[in-house]
Amino acid sequence: MCAAAPTDRKRAKAPRTPMPEQPAGERVANFREVALGYAPDMALAEAARCLRCKKPACVAGCPVGIDIPGFIAALADGDPRRAYAVIRQTNSLPAVCGRVCPQETQCEQVCVLGKKHEPVAIGRLERFVADTFLADDACEELTGAPACPAGLEDVRVACIGAGPASLTVAGTLAGQGIGVDVYEALHEPGGVLVYGIPEFRLPKAVVGREVAAMRALGVRFFTNWVGGRTVTVPELLERGYRAVFIGVGAGLPTFLNIPGENLIGVFSANEYLTRVNLGRAYAFPDWDTPVYPGRQVVVFGAGNVALDAARTAARLGAERVAIVYRRTENEMPARREEIHHAKEEGIELFCLHAPLAFAGDANGRLVSVRLQKMRLGAPDDSGRCRPLACEGEFCELATDMAVVAVGTRANPLLPRTTPGLATNRWGYVTVDEETGETNIPNVFAGGDIVTGAATVISAMGAGRRAAATIAGRLLA
Amino acid sequence: MTNTILRKRRLIPGQTSELVIDAPHIAAKARPGNFVILRVCPTGERIPLTIADADADAGTITLVYLVLGKTTAHLDTLEEGEAIPDLCGPLGQPTRIRRHDGPVVCVGGGTGIAAMHHIAKGHHLAGNRVTGIIGARTEALLLFEAELAGVCDTVVVTTDDGSRGRRGLVTQALEERLRDGEPAAEIVAVGPVPMMAAVSEVAGRFGVPCLVSLNSIMLDGIGMCGACRVAVGGETRFACVDGPEFDGGLVDFKELAQRLTAFRPMEQQSYAEYQKHHVCRCAN
Repeated sequence: MCAAAPTDRKRAKAPRTPMPEQPAGERVANFREVALGYAPDMALAEAARCLRCKKPACVAGCPVGIDIPGFIAALADGDPRRAYAVIRQTNSLPAVCGRVCPQETQCEQVCVLGKKHEPVAIGRLERFVADTFLADDACEELTGAPACPAGLEDVRVACIGAGPASLTVAGTLAGQGIGVDVYEALHEPGGVLVYGIPEFRLPKAVVGREVAAMRALGVRFFTNWVGGRTVTVPELLERGYRAVFIGVGAGLPTFLNIPGENLIGVFSANEYLTRVNLGRAYAFPDWDTPVYPGRQVVVFGAGNVALDAARTAARLGAERVAIVYRRTENEMPARREEIHHAKEEGIELFCLHAPLAFAGDANGRLVSVRLQKMRLGAPDDSGRCRPLACEGEFCELATDMAVVAVGTRANPLLPRTTPGLATNRWGYVTVDEETGETNIPNVFAGGDIVTGAATVISAMGAGRRAAATIAGRLLA
Repeated sequence: MTNTILRKRRLIPGQTSELVIDAPHIAAKARPGNFVILRVCPTGERIPLTIADADADAGTITLVYLVLGKTTAHLDTLEEGEAIPDLCGPLGQPTRIRRHDGPVVCVGGGTGIAAMHHIAKGHHLAGNRVTGIIGARTEALLLFEAELAGVCDTVVVTTDDGSRGRRGLVTQALEERLRDGEPAAEIVAVGPVPMMAAVSEVAGRFGVPCLVSLNSIMLDGIGMCGACRVAVGGETRFACVDGPEFDGGLVDFKELAQRLTAFRPMEQQSYAEYQKHHVCRCAN
């Protein structure tokens, strides 16, 4: 590598290739993707910046351990097909991850280039590779054969829930010839990828293509099957599935528990996003699911879900959208890039305010929210400054639509109907961290139902660990 | 094929129909009080419908619906042999059916009579004596009178205009029953919100526990969205996973009625556009 050193330095200094985007003024009026993706020359230029470190920190920073230098090298060599195969070795949903992973706090945060210059845009390259070679003949990439393996018909595994964790289990096992049946409660596979993340960040067609790639590998999807209601874990084991993976997410919405919360116009983020995304309420009345048209919209919370809700409201024609947060912008847990996009789109950050009560009219419709002014105190155990109320300082904000995006709790439906399944005091399923196995043999769990609300990629990491254990047992 | 409509019966022409649907995996689990969520087309809305009957051996469930908007109107165009694209269930907590010494009074109004039927049947099969009280505006709008006769010891019918049974409201018949008859162990009411509120009020006056089955707006039906929230005893509960049945004495019916209007303008718009483009093929 010594000989390459001078070139490396030159490469490293090259600026990070910017991502083409829809202009803010334009995109705020549509639901099309904000980030448009690299053109081939941009991807080549960006891939050339990679130093191909011998001990790549980026791989350690990836929850599913993608061979990042390997795929970038293939790309730089002009072989996106090989790059795709490298990514697919460990990642079943690259087109999704290339869009919604918090790369800046994972692979890109530890990129060696980032110490003196800007890190390689790993996420953007992953997206480019996945989009260039989108998986319609995934089986060939994974198995080297143009026809998919018939599958080990007597070795079947059931997944409950069709979100990122289960899809990862399904994709990984199917690639090794194990038959997988996925049971999904909603009418469309994808979980949070289709009901939660908006079209402008993750088009449903992208999720659809990833799911189609899994179908091509022999994965069967049973939609409208509610785990714990239509079918239970013990029944799946009785039916002969060799293992069951529970990936049902943490769906139950949390509310603020303040007066007036049931007024018309107060939504949980889950309801609002599910109406608009899964139900395509943005296309009402061509699609049947309606959504309440907010004019002055207030969103509570400061994570990615809150930003998704706020930006959705702007696209549905709101005159004013404010994110109300009790701390300051610095403490917001959302991705910086998304905060930046939201501000560009005219979303107001109304920081240092906390909700006290909603007020409505005689018909039970929301008209305003009363807010408590806050200030930041000393850091608490979590290291974040504690928000403190400014005594006697209130204000009233006119609003006809409020979205509550302050987190979720464990949905008790499946644990309740799985006798003997161990859960912790918050209702989340407890697993062996190495294997993903629950206290019931051959029953595994992963994703938000284990960790509480987290990222798509951490759910996928859990799916990979469980799949590795399952495959180890079934193929031994 | 799963979700195929095996039998269709027009109970009230142009308004209410009954479908017997091949859905063995739902029928095997369906208990009184459960509901399903269905979609009629790929761009359709998810709507909840209570299961009016289930036959695990035959693998069928029975749904009864009132044509109220676009989705139910579209559902009503499906005929025998056609399948419902998306049918999900059974959902909700089943009715808590215990053995009672005294009779159980089941009150039903409108399309709610069908849902009440499944609950009355459950009590009957558990060995309870069941009194059915059903009401409608007029004779032509009465449902399930014959079916209820099979599972109730007595069926009292009321109509607003006196065209069948007694003239008046179900609450009047209920009051009389509670005043003059053997003490009731429990009351179950399924019907329009004002009816359930009125029944709960009567039950409260006589000190009889009263269950009501709430028809709040739902989206996923599995506890994820919180659209169906209702105030019960001052606490917010989710009708889809905590209910749909609650203690009628504790339900905030005014709030429930208001929340049911949340999307009314959009529902009307959707239905109007549907009617404009839809060519009716109803034979009646």
